[in-house]
Amino acid sequence: MDLQTLWFAAVAVLWIGFLLLEGFDFGVAALLPVLGRRTADRHLMLRSIGPLWDGNEVWLITAAGAVFAAFPGWYATWLPALYLPFVFVLFGLIIRAVAFEWRHQSHDPRWDGTWTHVITVGSLIAALGVGAALGTTTLGLPIDGDGIRVGGSFAGVGWAALLGAVAVLAFSVVHGALFLALKTDGDVRLRARAFALRWSPVAALPLLAWAGWVHLRSGTPVTGVLWVVGALAVLVTWARIRVDREGQAFAGWAVLLVSSAATVFGAAYPVVVPSTIDPAFDVTIADAAVSDYTLTVMTWAAAVGLPVVLAYQAWTYWVFRKRLTAEPQHEDAPRSGEAPAPSELPA
Amino acid sequence: MDVLDIARWQFGITTVYHFMMVPLTIGLGILLVVMHTMWVRTDDPEWLRMTRFWGKIFLINFVLGVATGLVQEFQFGLAWSEYSRFVGDVFGSLLALEALLAFFLESTFLGLWIFGWGRIPKKLHLATLWAAVLGSIVSAYFIIAANSWMQHPVGVVADDATGRPVQVDFLAVLTNNTALAAFTHTIVAALMVAGALLVGVGLYHLRKRKLAGKPAGEIDHGVWRRSVRIGGWVSLAAFVLVAATGDWQAKLMYHQQPLKMSSAEALCETEAPASFSIFAWNKLGSNECDDVHSITVPGLLSFLAHGDFTSEVPGVNELQERYSEVYGATYPDDPARFGNLAGEPVDYQPVLAVTYWSFRLMIGMGAVSAGVAAYALWSTRRGRVPTSRIGVYGSLAAVGAPFVANAAGWIFTEMGRQPFVVVPNPDVPVEDQIWFFTAQAVSPGVTPAEVWTSLGALTLVYGVLAVIELWLITTFVRSGITAGDTSATPPIGPGKDDDRREGPDGDAGGAGSGRRADDDVLQFAY
Repeated sequence: MDLQTLWFAAVAVLWIGFLLLEGFDFGVAALLPVLGRRTADRHLMLRSIGPLWDGNEVWLITAAGAVFAAFPGWYATWLPALYLPFVFVLFGLIIRAVAFEWRHQSHDPRWDGTWTHVITVGSLIAALGVGAALGTTTLGLPIDGDGIRVGGSFAGVGWAALLGAVAVLAFSVVHGALFLALKTDGDVRLRARAFALRWSPVAALPLLAWAGWVHLRSGTPVTGVLWVVGALAVLVTWARIRVDREGQAFAGWAVLLVSSAATVFGAAYPVVVPSTIDPAFDVTIADAAVSDYTLTVMTWAAAVGLPVVLAYQAWTYWVFRKRLTAEPQHEDAPRSGEAPAPSELPA
Repeated sequence: MDVLDIARWQFGITTVYHFMMVPLTIGLGILLVVMHTMWVRTDDPEWLRMTRFWGKIFLINFVLGVATGLVQEFQFGLAWSEYSRFVGDVFGSLLALEALLAFFLESTFLGLWIFGWGRIPKKLHLATLWAAVLGSIVSAYFIIAANSWMQHPVGVVADDATGRPVQVDFLAVLTNNTALAAFTHTIVAALMVAGALLVGVGLYHLRKRKLAGKPAGEIDHGVWRRSVRIGGWVSLAAFVLVAATGDWQAKLMYHQQPLKMSSAEALCETEAPASFSIFAWNKLGSNECDDVHSITVPGLLSFLAHGDFTSEVPGVNELQERYSEVYGATYPDDPARFGNLAGEPVDYQPVLAVTYWSFRLMIGMGAVSAGVAAYALWSTRRGRVPTSRIGVYGSLAAVGAPFVANAAGWIFTEMGRQPFVVVPNPDVPVEDQIWFFTAQAVSPGVTPAEVWTSLGALTLVYGVLAVIELWLITTFVRSGITAGDTSATPPIGPGKDDDRREGPDGDAGGAGSGRRADDDVLQFAY
């Protein structure tokens, strides 16, 4: 495998890693008003992603950074063509990040409630926006021979963008529900499981449709097989939730994403930004890539750095591996059917 | 305004804003590591309370730095796509390495630190803070290496076909002398920011406690006193280092970007020996060097530039001519790449007033900070507590001084390299040099309306967030040490989420009052 192909794969892995990890914290945030009926529930949901969201978000920064580093031609075509949509995503990411940290800084319930809403809104914007960006990049942007967008600010935002946006959001929401079913206990866990059971088959459709569309355009037998694996994973997920195997369901849903995204990237290869105007204007990895020297340097850095990152991120997940329960709140009466009230630890 | 001007304003505003958070994150992070380490080593409750209090400020500030940092990365592609294409072989890899080797470290371990109180073994918990702060320093290194490469492109050759730089020596990029000087300068400047904060807030609380008649024997008295002493010494030491590294940078810059330094000194005509300008004025709104009048110290500029009192320092007018000869008197007549500026004359002289005054503001505000630090150390000598309103509130107001100095420093160095975005490297023969005008760096397909929209939206959001951040930090500073800061148990309340929870590490700090969780306004985080 040549270095350009290797880095195309690396970029794909980083985007998949981002969607897989940040996907569940987008989803949990989106589900706050749906599954979090009481303040304590919402706090529980936020605590489940509290230590993890920032580390997850770095996958986005690294994925975008890797696009810039390995394929500046891709970066320089993609971002300005979708200028305003990307600014919108940044807006969502900014308000979401500050809301996570600033939420606790006052004990006024309205303060907390407001920032909780901001987390939901910011996450919805970010998930939809990233989905739209990935959707257009796989299905095409109106770019001319110089890689410059033709036709106004929103010319790149068409059906493909909409499909990508809905696909990423729908995937994330069920991913978040499965994460909550896996990571929490009590009402939230039950509600999350019921939600995932009801919505997972529907939520998989846009993602499968997107991957299927790219496969039909430019796929190979391998991407076809990957697509089928993704579709089967939905069935497995659904069957596993039914029998309350949350871990396996979560893994099944992750397979859906990995397979579908691999279908998209695999079918698009070696084109990174297809042109909807003329296939001759497509930006390929060869057009967009940096020198082999730089790719070699990056390969060494990634070969050393990435395993270390993966190891300590895995360790974080291990440290916070226990199921969380809702904290008793003064305004809430004790509830039945929940985990026994936690006892005070020895002082 | 056309896209170029709007995009430049956007970059300036978002970068200066981002760099309000960054030096505090880096400087306070380093001091936080010291405090936390001392607590783990000594079990002294003063160190614990310091770690908790300053840790809260650190976190409120950190997240805004992260949020605004996102804009920085994407902005290169969004508004400066031609720049991104041109420098992609070098610049992108530095950004990607920053994300891979620094941001992951920073964010992952900071999450562990925030949530790890009482959950992971004490020393391991301390190590998570070390890792997070190390991440912020590594991040500073990579981004400054990227910036310094624009100021002084090394380790590359020009591609025959495209004229773009092709990287041939990654190590040269990492060990660029411009980067080493700028990195050390930035880190010590960040320590000045943190030192000033400790001094200002510490003096405020010491005075408040004394006026309220609280005994000096209490732990909290020790917390504030120690904060002032540490902040004062750190500020003073950092000021000396800032001057030393600044001198190093200036000597490099006289060689690498002579126009930037001569503009900074309003040195219009070549002089030998060259004099240093204390105060300069010219016709309002004029960028003509002939209009400048200046009060000067003879010979000092030669010393700053070359280390002796006699050497010649070239003036702006002569340099302007030299640059015009080598890099062209006009922009190439290519509207597709240069827009309105195609065929227009190139002004190689940066905006004189901006470079001159931002340079003086940087040095002046740094000196103010050092003066305040000296006052704080003097006024708190041998257990004294100053009650002077002017002294204490002045020190509190002076917390802003090193922030202004940092911002001015970046405005100086970035505005001073115009009209280039990538400045030619004088160590390379002219025919092999690589340079890129800012005018050709913007995204060609993006419309002024789009950039106006993003500039307006970002400025609005940043403004609102600045108000909230300042309000939050002021509230915390006023409240001082609270119950939650006296204990090292997890502040999440008696949740059962981890049965491996360690015993109460915070015995020394008092009872487990930090467990009051969400009803405690001043809980640590989460």
